[in-house]
Order: sequence, then structure tokens, then C-alpha cells
Amino acid sequence: MGKTYQKPEALSDQHTHYCPGCTHGVIHRLIAEIIDELDIRGRCVGVAPVGCAVLAYNYFVFDFQEAAHGRAPAVATGIKRVRPDLFVFTYQGDGDLASIGMGEIIHAANRGEKFTSIFVNNAIYGMTGGQMAPTTMPGQHTTTSPFGRDVEDVGMPLKMAELLAALQTPAYITRQAVIKPKYIVKAKKAIKKAFTYQLEKRCFSFVELISTCPTNWAMTPNESVKWAEDTLLSYYELGEYKTPESLSGGANAK
Amino acid sequence: MGKKVLMKGNEAIGEAAIRAGCLNYFAYPITPQSEVAEYLSHRMPEVGGVFLQAESEVAVAYMIYGAAGAGARVFTTSSSPGISLMSEGLSYIAGAQLPAVFVNIVRGGPGLGGILPSQGDYFQATKGGGHGDYHLLVMAPESVQEAADMMMRAFPLAEKYRNPVIILGDGLIGQMMEPVEFHDHLRTDPVNNNHWATNGMQFRNSSKPNIVKSLFLDPDELNENNLILKAKYERMKKEDILFEPYNMDGPYQKLIVSYGTMSRVCKTAIDNLKVKGIEVGMIRPQTLFPFPETAVFEAAAKESCKAVISIELSMGQMVEDVQRCVQGLRPVHWYGECGGNVPTPEKVMDVVTSL
Ligand SMILES: Cc1ncc(C[n+]2csc(CCOP(=O)(O)OP(=O)(O)O)c2C)c(N)n1
Ligand code: SF4
Ligand SMILES: [Mg+2]
Repeated sequence: MGKTYQKPEALSDQHTHYCPGCTHGVIHRLIAEIIDELDIRGRCVGVAPVGCAVLAYNYFVFDFQEAAHGRAPAVATGIKRVRPDLFVFTYQGDGDLASIGMGEIIHAANRGEKFTSIFVNNAIYGMTGGQMAPTTMPGQHTTTSPFGRDVEDVGMPLKMAELLAALQTPAYITRQAVIKPKYIVKAKKAIKKAFTYQLEKRCFSFVELISTCPTNWAMTPNESVKWAEDTLLSYYELGEYKTPESLSGGANAK
Repeated sequence: MGKKVLMKGNEAIGEAAIRAGCLNYFAYPITPQSEVAEYLSHRMPEVGGVFLQAESEVAVAYMIYGAAGAGARVFTTSSSPGISLMSEGLSYIAGAQLPAVFVNIVRGGPGLGGILPSQGDYFQATKGGGHGDYHLLVMAPESVQEAADMMMRAFPLAEKYRNPVIILGDGLIGQMMEPVEFHDHLRTDPVNNNHWATNGMQFRNSSKPNIVKSLFLDPDELNENNLILKAKYERMKKEDILFEPYNMDGPYQKLIVSYGTMSRVCKTAIDNLKVKGIEVGMIRPQTLFPFPETAVFEAAAKESCKAVISIELSMGQMVEDVQRCVQGLRPVHWYGECGGNVPTPEKVMDVVTSL
């Protein structure tokens, strides 16, 4: 019998700083497994966000750049434009991508930049201690919405996958979850698809991942999984919002 | 050596970058330098380079960061409000020790200001702009030819120091047409950057990842990084100060310090005064950081010299550096105008003789 479990080569030996029950680690592992499977570690450049994953470069074994808060898509654009032979992905939280970096992600997606964005939606600002995110749920308590998110005051949570799917150029837009094994299996398939599309030189690909932040949700890991499944998944519907096949015309043949 | 062509400053800057061996350009339009982007939008495809009009100057700065981080030669051009937006990125680029070239065709400020020539971004370029302990290497051309030459020299300098270099021009340098020659000998090859660039492990035959970053959570590590940066700035002061002495041999009583467009007017004033038998000397800094500190001090210390004046298209920015260098040895004055009015030689003559 062969080995049934081993650490992907693309993952380093370092212990992560993530809290118990946090899904950032799960996502790192999926990315590393896929990079091994596609054998692209030697030409891979990751772009880290500012957020809990700011130190992501310590946990992978391939080249990495650390962007300023929200600017990862611009950094990735710079890398990919001057070195189209590199494989490039951004890894971004919801504050990073859907708030301060909204301009960069929309324009990179709309230009059809040939990189992939992994979007970690945990409905909160994890790193800075649990402030409200653009993806925070109505009524959700955070340190800057102590009475619960008031949608009359600050609007409804942003649905990034739907928003980007409204653009004509991107090739692949999907929302998955990493809160339970059954979702994780699907999430891995989606990330692999997104990476493969990039290797096929299709336009921009985007994978939103519904995640947990037990620490700042003030829940146990088990409670977070349940809350994410009950509350987040009923608002953030999982599925493929756009595939290269659904693109009309020759937009993806760019 | 190439032949002389008549070109607008902005176009010459774009062409000089290509001649220097830089084929990657990201930018966002803004007056008075949009001609660079317009020019490169057809020139870059011609030479197989990268041209991208970004969504904002904020994005431009990070495209530069990404491209430079991946080991490519890259540059951008903008004007004052755009440089303000890029300043966050400049801080990250300096912190991560990436070589890149920025051009600021300065216009009047603050705020939206005006679109005419100005030198109001001296502080921003030489003292900061973005946050944290860093400096840019700042070069200031006085003509289209010098802008082209500085552009070509900027890339090897950026690579020598792994630090951003900025060319501080002004609306006049960008807009005027002058004969220009692109010197082949200024063309250089990028230095090997396999030890730090994220250019893909397999392409440099390495199993060690390269990380481009400016985050150092450990206080000792950050201190260490900033000491490395400081050492570079000290080295710039030793090796890369550039200035032009003008009419410095005679027994001048007044010393002008002036740069860029303003210094050209001063040269005419100095020539006119000389005809009248009045000797005035000038130091024209070509690098504003590193600043020609010793040259200014020694020029002011000359026995015949009674007064020093900083003449600039701003409300008095470089004058602070001049005062610093003169060390109280002579009175230091300031004269300048803003808003796009460039003082005439006659006005400069009046100001200098009335000191
Ligand atoms: C320009 C700037 N503004 C604010 C911050 C502070 N900051 C760091 S991380 C962060 C939010 C991170 O939240 P998210 O992107 O959701 O990532 P998470 O930690 O939840 O994974 C903020 C506001 C910063 N570093 N830079
Ligand atoms: S704060 Fe939240 S997102 Fe950050 S590591 Fe902890 S659980 Fe994960
Ligand atoms: Mg978050």
C-alpha cells in the first residue's frame, strides 16, 4: 500500500500562526496540493494580501510577493504582464479585495488579466481584530458594528462572485466553501480548474471561498462551521457563476 | 552615437527609456505628461514591449512593484497629483528594495493646483511623500537632452541601489521641443537579480524561493532593513551626486542655487549681469537627493561670496537644504514664483542685484 498522506512539496515546514479552527490553513493546503499536481512550483509566484494571510509566503515553497492592502491584483498584473510565462495567483481577504482593493480587482478582472484570485470571505476583518467587512452579514456583531450590521446605514453585504460575473471578460468565476469536507472536495476541484484555465492562457479566474474566523466571530470552531453553513451559505450561494464555455463571442480567446 | 532629432520633452523621455533598455511601462494619463503614454502606446508594441494604461496611479505603483519584483526593468510617468497617489507604492518599493524609475513632470499645487510648470514637489521627492524611513534618488533635468540622458542613466542607478529613482521635471521640460540625441553608450543591460527577484525558481535553477516584501514584524529585523537602506543613501552621497557649477571661476559676490527650468533662466541672468561687470555664480544641482552639500558649502564659503539665494518655482522648498548646507556662514535668501509664471531673466537680475 502506498502513502495515503503526505505534505505537499509546495507547503513549507513552518507552523502557521492561524488560530485553531481557522480555514486559512485548509486553503493553503489545497493550493499547495494543486500546485504539486500541476507541477508548476518552479514558475509560480504568489501575491500575499494584508490580512491574516500576510505571512502566507512563509508557508509555501515558491516565489512570493507581498502587496500593500488591497493592491494584490495590481501587483499580479505587473508580474504577469512582464512575465507571461510565470504562473501567478493572488490570495486576498474580504477587507483586502472587496473594500480597499475593489478598484484593482474589478479592473484586473475586466481587463482579463491572466492570473487567478483566491478570495477568502470570512465576513470580517480578521487581522485587525474583528471589524466589520463589506461582506459582514446583516445583524452580525463586530467590533465596529456592536449593535449588528445595520443595512439601512451601511448597505447589504457585497457579493463579489456575482459582481465580477457581471463583467464580460473574466473566464471563470466561482464561489465555494471550505467549512466541511464535502465542500472542501468541491473547492479543490474549483481551484484546480481556475489554475488550469490560467495555464491555458484564458482570462482572469476567480475563486471565492466561504471561510470561518472563529476568533473574531467569538465562536468555537464547531459553532463557526454551523453558523457559516446556516447563515453565510444561505446568502452567499455556492456555484459556478461563469465558465469559459459560457462566455459569448471570442472574449476568452484574447 | 545617434543623430539629433527635434522632439517634445515628454516623447524624448519615453524614447530614452526604450533606448536605455526598458520595455515595460504602466501609467495613467495626467496633464502635462500624457504625451509619454500616447507616444509609448504605439512605440512599445513596435519594440515588443509592455504598455498598459492602468485604472489609477495607485494601481500603477503596484504594477511597477510587481513587475520590478519579478525582475523586469520598468518605469512610469505622471504629474504631481498622480505622484501623490503613487507615494504609498513608492514607500513599499523602497522598503522592498526594488529598482524602478518614476518620472514626475511637476505641475502647480497643492490640490488640483494648475497644469503649468512648477517645482512645488521638491519636498515630496526629496524628503518623503510616502511613509517611513526611505529616500528616492532624485534627478532634475534642465533641458530635453538632459531629461533623455538622465532617463537612460536612471535604470542602472536604480539597479545599483535597488531603490526607486525619480526624474523631477516640470511642465516646460515635458512640453517644449528641443533637439535631442540618444546616446548609445548610455544603454545598459539589467544586472543579474536571481538572488532576490521572484522570477520563478525553475528559471534560476534554485530550490530556494525569493520573497519580495517590506514587512518586518521583528523590531531588530526592521531596524536591520532600515540600516541597509540608510547605508544605500549614504553611498549615494559618496558616489552619485551630480551638479553643474556655472560661472564659478570669477570673484562672484552672489551665489545662486537653482535647478531645472528655473536654472536656465538664471543662466541667462548671470550672462547678462556678467556683461555689466557683475559676477554671479551658480550651483545647479542635477541630483536633488543626494544633494550637492559640499559643493554648495564650499561655493558659499568662497571669500568673495557675500550672499546665497535659492531661486525656485515654489514658495521656498530647496532653500531649506541650501540653508542646511551653508551652515550659517552666509545669509541665505529665497526667491520664487508659483502658479506657472516662470520669472524672466530681468526679474532674476533685479532680485540678485538688490541682495
Ligand atoms: C492602507 C492600509 N489600511 C489599513 C490597514 C490595516 N489592515 C490590515 S489587515 C486589514 C483587514 C484585513 O481583513 P481581511 O482582508 O478580511 O483579511 P482577514 O484578516 O480577515 O483574512 C486592515 C484594515 C493596512 N495594513 N493598510
Ligand atoms: S483571526 Fe480569524 S482569520 Fe485570522 S487567523 Fe484567526 S481565525 Fe483565522
Ligand atoms: Mg476577512
